[in-house]
Amino acid sequence: MSWILPPSASTFAGEIDFLYYVILVITGIAFVVVEVGLLVFAIKYRARPGRKAQYIEGSTKAEIIWTAVPAVTLVIIGLMSGGVWNHIKGRNSIPPNAIPYEVHVKQFEWNFTYRGPDGQLGTSDDFIVRNQLHIPVNRPVELQLIAEDVIHSFFVPAFRVKQDAVPGMDIRVWFEATKVGEYEIACAELCGLGHYRMRARVFVHSAEDYQQWLSDRAAAADEE
Amino acid sequence: MATSAVSLEPAAHVEAHELSFLRKYIFSTDHKIIGIQFLLMSFVFLLFGGLMAMMIRWQLGFPERPLPAGQLLPETMAPGGILLPEFYNSLVTMHGTIMVFFAIMPLLVGVFGNYLIPLKLGAPDMAFPRLNMASFWIAFSAGILMMAGFFVEGGHAAAGWTAYAPLSADPEWTGVSGGQQIWLLSIAILGLASIMGALNYITTVVNLRAPGMTWFRMPLSIWALFVTAILVLLAIPILSGAAIMLFFDQTIGTHFFDWTDGGQVILWQHLFWYFGHPEVYILILPAMGMVSDIIANGSRKPVFGYHSMVFALISISFLGWVVWGHHMFQSGMNPTLGMTFMISTMIIAVPSAIKVFNWMGTMWRGNIRFHVPMLHSVGFVAMFVIGGLSGIFMAATPVDIYIHDTYFIVAHIHYVLFGGSLFAIFAAVTYWYPKMFGRMMNSTVGKVHFWLTFLFYNMTFFPMHDLGIAGHMRRIYDPSQYEFLQPLAPLNRFITVSALLLFTVQILFAANFIMSWFKGKKAGENPWEANGLEWTVPSPPPHGNFAKVPTVYRGPYEYSSPLVEEDFLLQTRKLASDVDPAAAGP
Amino acid sequence: MAHPALMKPPARREIGADVYSEKLGMWVFLGSEVMFFTALIGSYIILRFGSPEQWAAPGQILNIPLTAVNTFLLICSSVTMVKAFAAIQDGDQRLLKLYMLATVAIGAAFVGVQAYEYTHLVHAGFLPSGYSAGSELAERAAEGLLPVSVGVYGSSFYTMTGFHGFHVSVGVICMSFVTWKAYRGAYTKEDHRGVEVVGLYWHFVDLVWIILFTIVYLV
Repeated sequence: MSWILPPSASTFAGEIDFLYYVILVITGIAFVVVEVGLLVFAIKYRARPGRKAQYIEGSTKAEIIWTAVPAVTLVIIGLMSGGVWNHIKGRNSIPPNAIPYEVHVKQFEWNFTYRGPDGQLGTSDDFIVRNQLHIPVNRPVELQLIAEDVIHSFFVPAFRVKQDAVPGMDIRVWFEATKVGEYEIACAELCGLGHYRMRARVFVHSAEDYQQWLSDRAAAADEE
Repeated sequence: MATSAVSLEPAAHVEAHELSFLRKYIFSTDHKIIGIQFLLMSFVFLLFGGLMAMMIRWQLGFPERPLPAGQLLPETMAPGGILLPEFYNSLVTMHGTIMVFFAIMPLLVGVFGNYLIPLKLGAPDMAFPRLNMASFWIAFSAGILMMAGFFVEGGHAAAGWTAYAPLSADPEWTGVSGGQQIWLLSIAILGLASIMGALNYITTVVNLRAPGMTWFRMPLSIWALFVTAILVLLAIPILSGAAIMLFFDQTIGTHFFDWTDGGQVILWQHLFWYFGHPEVYILILPAMGMVSDIIANGSRKPVFGYHSMVFALISISFLGWVVWGHHMFQSGMNPTLGMTFMISTMIIAVPSAIKVFNWMGTMWRGNIRFHVPMLHSVGFVAMFVIGGLSGIFMAATPVDIYIHDTYFIVAHIHYVLFGGSLFAIFAAVTYWYPKMFGRMMNSTVGKVHFWLTFLFYNMTFFPMHDLGIAGHMRRIYDPSQYEFLQPLAPLNRFITVSALLLFTVQILFAANFIMSWFKGKKAGENPWEANGLEWTVPSPPPHGNFAKVPTVYRGPYEYSSPLVEEDFLLQTRKLASDVDPAAAGP
Repeated sequence: MAHPALMKPPARREIGADVYSEKLGMWVFLGSEVMFFTALIGSYIILRFGSPEQWAAPGQILNIPLTAVNTFLLICSSVTMVKAFAAIQDGDQRLLKLYMLATVAIGAAFVGVQAYEYTHLVHAGFLPSGYSAGSELAERAAEGLLPVSVGVYGSSFYTMTGFHGFHVSVGVICMSFVTWKAYRGAYTKEDHRGVEVVGLYWHFVDLVWIILFTIVYLV
């Protein structure tokens, strides 16, 4: 049982994880202060014969301190978070060289549209693969999430990526994988009876393997 | 002939006619009876909500094994005792719905709002007793209707207690039609009852305070209930409006949330959470208020920083209106709103922190009596702080990217609603039980119940933070579908076993509650040596509460006052140095 | 002008709002009503900005002249309500009854006109779900004279005006009850709380209508 995040494999995962650990330390300290404080007070100030409580109504100084310290701490966390948020989800955060994909999301599957050999989405050589997203390592990718029925949510735990796919909205999410391998995609918004099995996989290839996979697909498509 | 809404002449209620059993206990206009009616109704729903939680946990802990007594369930829910995925979705929906709307909210607002407000303010009853009665019966009807949803074809609502469109708007997506509609109607009817109650509470607090009961001599329990009533008044109508629009989308073909014809899907989320965030403060503020009263009583000291506590309550209630977007960070809304809502959310953490420190300050240098209500109240502080701190992770929008819709959120919700509100409810029920029923609950059983609940509660919910950190999503019927979740199966089993133990241990509270009603030690007027006005009248108080209009001379927390030898000092006790307030009459 | 005894805040209590409880209760209730209509009107604004192409120009589908007359009627009924209240403040039972009757009648007429308007619109093919197939309006839309779809226009129009109409109807019922009580002599110069409180509700309903009429019909 631990509060350690699982391993990650994307560029901005590090920023998110760092922020998480900072908050963990700060809240951990607050947690210890309060719980130990309560325990100490409970024991030290328990009623015993002959004792009396001290008639104290408050302390303005104490109020100021325990208002200011949390406020300042939270402002700092907020400022740190703002920069990271902007970097990941901001309006202009999508890197210009990101490889574009379309993701048609519906009950209960993910259909990934690849731009095909001509490098353009929306042309006749585009192809669709169900529940498999193949991407090259160390290249940003941009997914346009197109929900066709209800709200779903594209979640790749290893990349720290999550974005709701909403019918009727043009939603884009980007990330850049840093390690070759196979990772799971989950749906993170209740979408009906098959929500629990709306699983897909991301395959992160080396640059050469990615090209190989693309051409294999193109060849297979030609044969059909 | 002119009649006032409530007769303020105490003697006028010595009426010649004796009320029938029906008028006295069933269709009663007495706020105390109505409070107890809400108590009994809510306990039934709490039990039901808990049973549903057990079924959810069974599925997550022991998915291959038939549910004990599962054969009692129909084939449409659990053939052979194994839950169907669609029924599971319904269970998570209804567990949340019933706990929020029919258990916690009525327990805090319906029970203690009704019971305490007139008594603690020196009033003979609420401003509008008949409206109060109507409010209970309307809430009760909403509850019956909600239960009826289990018996319709297609099953009960299954789109989450948050009912996001389009999932909730069209039976095509869930297979549920009647159930979802019943859900909306029931919520709308309950909303009406809540608004009626809120307007009664607000009018009573403003207009019926006894002479000398100035605003800053009101106990924090009443301040909290007053502020909560204002939140109910203003937030519930938003839900009603949204529910009506969704109901129309489902039934008469409107397109509010239908993106194919001009509607907007996330409009539902904005409306729901605009109500929903004030709602969560409705679910915690009364708990905080009552815990303040009890901690002062247990510590034999004034509440530390009474004025700060009042201002914290008020600031939470204001700020609560501008944080709703933090439920929607990943929803696709404009990312700039992510920044603004993060800032407002960080700010709202501050008044809650202030309250935690003030409770600690109340205990500091006290002379603490650990009676059962005090145990639960300290437990409340200890658990609520965990819930509050976990909220900071979610408030930080980039971290929320990862933990949104995972069990980290489930942990947070339950730390504030169970560790917070429910522990406060145990405290408050035990504390005011003698006043309500004239008998004490058994203290030994109460202590055993507290410790076992505290233990099993943390064993159940603390590990959920870990599930969330590992990426475990919410509302998932079968986590084993995902390789990354398979190693978490033992933890899920551990949580399930803890939850079953937690649920079982509640029998101690139920038995204590029921048995004490008949066999409990008889209680005097003031068994806890407390200061509030309710402790100056018999247990239970007569209809009309006070034989004469009480006069208040001081605030509610004069424990260990240097003015007297005892370590408590009733608000209404007149000392030689006290002067009668202007409003007092003979 | 001296306040009669029962129309004061409760005796021997701390002064909270300096009004009697029934009036305070009505003000508080109206606060919740403001929020209810805010949800509906706020949604309408969001939906309209999101899909402006669905809204026909003022007067193309809705009957502005008729509704303008209806608005005038409702305002008149607020005037008669004020006069009823003023009458009983002076202890004039005759004028109280007369003006209450007038208010009820005009209020009922408002509802009647709105019902008529609804049937006419439905007949022409304007529904909460949009155009009805094969209707006159659907044909005009097909010819390009009206928006292609009025799905959310219809949805928001009927929901907002419908719930307002429901509130007016409830008001008419309550005022009928107050009128009946007035005939039974229940109200005096010293105590006419029921008249004032129902009047507050009625003025609120009128105010909401003025807002709705402007943003739904005229914009």
